[in-house]
Amino acid sequence: MAEPDQVAFLERQAKTIRCLSLEMIGNAGSGHPGGALSAAEIMSVLYFSILNVDPENPQWKDRDRFVLSKGHGTAAWYAALCEKGYFPRDELKLFRQKGGILQGHPDMTKVPGVEMTAGSLGQGLSAALGMALAGRMQKQSYHVYALLGDGEIQEGQIWEAAMATAHFKVDSLTAILDYNDVQLDGPTHEVMDVAPVAEKWRDFGWEVVECNGHSVPELLAAFAQALAIKGKPCIIVAHTVKGKGVSFMENTCNWHGVIDPSKMPAALQEVEAL
Amino acid sequence: MRPLEDVAMRDVFASTASALYEEGKNIVVMDADVSKSTRSAKFAEKHPERFVNVGIAEQNMLSIAAGMAACGMIPLVCSFSMLLSLRALDQIRQQAAYAKNNVKIMAHYGGYSSGPEGPTHHAIEDLGIMRTLPNMKILVPCDAEETEAALRTTVDTPGPVFLRMSRNPVPRVPGKPGKVEFGKGYRLRHGGDLAIIAIGVMVSSALDAAEELAKEGIECQVIAMPSLKPIDVDLIVEAARQTGAVVTAEEHNIYGGLGSAVAEVLVEHAPVPMKRVGIQDQFAESAEFFELLEKYGLSAADIVAACRETLARK
Repeated sequence: MAEPDQVAFLERQAKTIRCLSLEMIGNAGSGHPGGALSAAEIMSVLYFSILNVDPENPQWKDRDRFVLSKGHGTAAWYAALCEKGYFPRDELKLFRQKGGILQGHPDMTKVPGVEMTAGSLGQGLSAALGMALAGRMQKQSYHVYALLGDGEIQEGQIWEAAMATAHFKVDSLTAILDYNDVQLDGPTHEVMDVAPVAEKWRDFGWEVVECNGHSVPELLAAFAQALAIKGKPCIIVAHTVKGKGVSFMENTCNWHGVIDPSKMPAALQEVEAL
Repeated sequence: MRPLEDVAMRDVFASTASALYEEGKNIVVMDADVSKSTRSAKFAEKHPERFVNVGIAEQNMLSIAAGMAACGMIPLVCSFSMLLSLRALDQIRQQAAYAKNNVKIMAHYGGYSSGPEGPTHHAIEDLGIMRTLPNMKILVPCDAEETEAALRTTVDTPGPVFLRMSRNPVPRVPGKPGKVEFGKGYRLRHGGDLAIIAIGVMVSSALDAAEELAKEGIECQVIAMPSLKPIDVDLIVEAARQTGAVVTAEEHNIYGGLGSAVAEVLVEHAPVPMKRVGIQDQFAESAEFFELLEKYGLSAADIVAACRETLARK
């Protein structure tokens, strides 16, 4: 069981990630609020409990690696990295803007803590597998985490990577699926259904752990369970709500991107009041 | 045609990759189920701990390679050039070129060298595609000997590199400098009437063409351009100023490859009459490699004809 203090801390960090994400997106006038908000607890738990990283030494070679395969959710990643201490808050003001390091999708050459450039969907899980295989070949013991979107797993390359990760018996990679059931054009189950998700990953040789992706205690338990699995990879299917925390952004594809920048202050107010 | 070498570029690739690993380079060789063809299987026999076969999944292979490169390794990614440059192009662009990851693309079966497999397997657009990617460097050795130097330079230079190789033994080119440098071409023959700038297997045909023309007293210089990108601007400009006429020769579509690159340099720095010998924007057919070169306008005789036409425009 997680300590109550730790849970409260991680919930606060998730709230901060939501607030910073919406501030950045509001400031830029564009971005992807829905998929950032759905991943806030996942990011909080990863960066403030799970990942063995050192923001003072972002290139430390034995660090754990995190890959945001669903690159459009990057506001939440930048917020988590900033809170962790990788770069100052002033940088967030230049999200998506000329001269800033925080590109619309993550760029590993510009942002400390960003381990892999992402944006074209379906590629991050493979890169995470490469990192895990490199760790094996170079006799390092770090762990690799990759966050996938549920719409993203419509990409064929995800299943190439899923097959290969199990084939190579990689247990130093944990995938997390942000299963919010909404993608840009509509509900995922209507656009191109990915269900049954758990069965698909099990059939590809993965262990599957399911949890409520907005419950910090459930996420902590899911990571503990995932890390205990040996000889095969594990995916945490985190059931989430797109746009979580903002009434008018929840469960709608309309706020995958920003449809109305003038509503961003109201969105921020809602998450600040959480 | 000059005598063929005893070994093919792909065999030299495999032996050089093994040597580089044994010398302490942090390389890993990857393949997508064509390891017998690319000869990466030979590396795998010696160093199975540093070989990864991903099955028939080129896109996955490129992205895995990017992840390995991000962790300090030097992946040599092997497959057929048309699969790498087309099937896995998005992965190459996003995770190798844009991300500046140290991914080395071993583009086997370049040009027409997969011959009888047919146009599905001919790589005639690979160089043009790769040339448009920022951060991508491109090497095309002219024979097996030069392949070793090209691979060594590739591994020693940080960042993404596309190294294009031919399947079969090709004629040996005499007089090479023995090393390959990015941004450097070299002169194999001097002459003041016209400059033939060639790449890959066409270098030996360019020498044949120059010899043919010399019989009539036409003196052509021959320049080999193993580094397609970055290209040797100074050498191209110098050759144009010395001769006032340029012919390029490449086993690639005339759009986007060496001819285009040289034309871009000439038009900005030293405009002179020029002609491009290459594939005339068409798909070929199943046939043996050298038959295809002959039939589709890539022979020494085609270079000779292009030189005459260009000289007439001086």
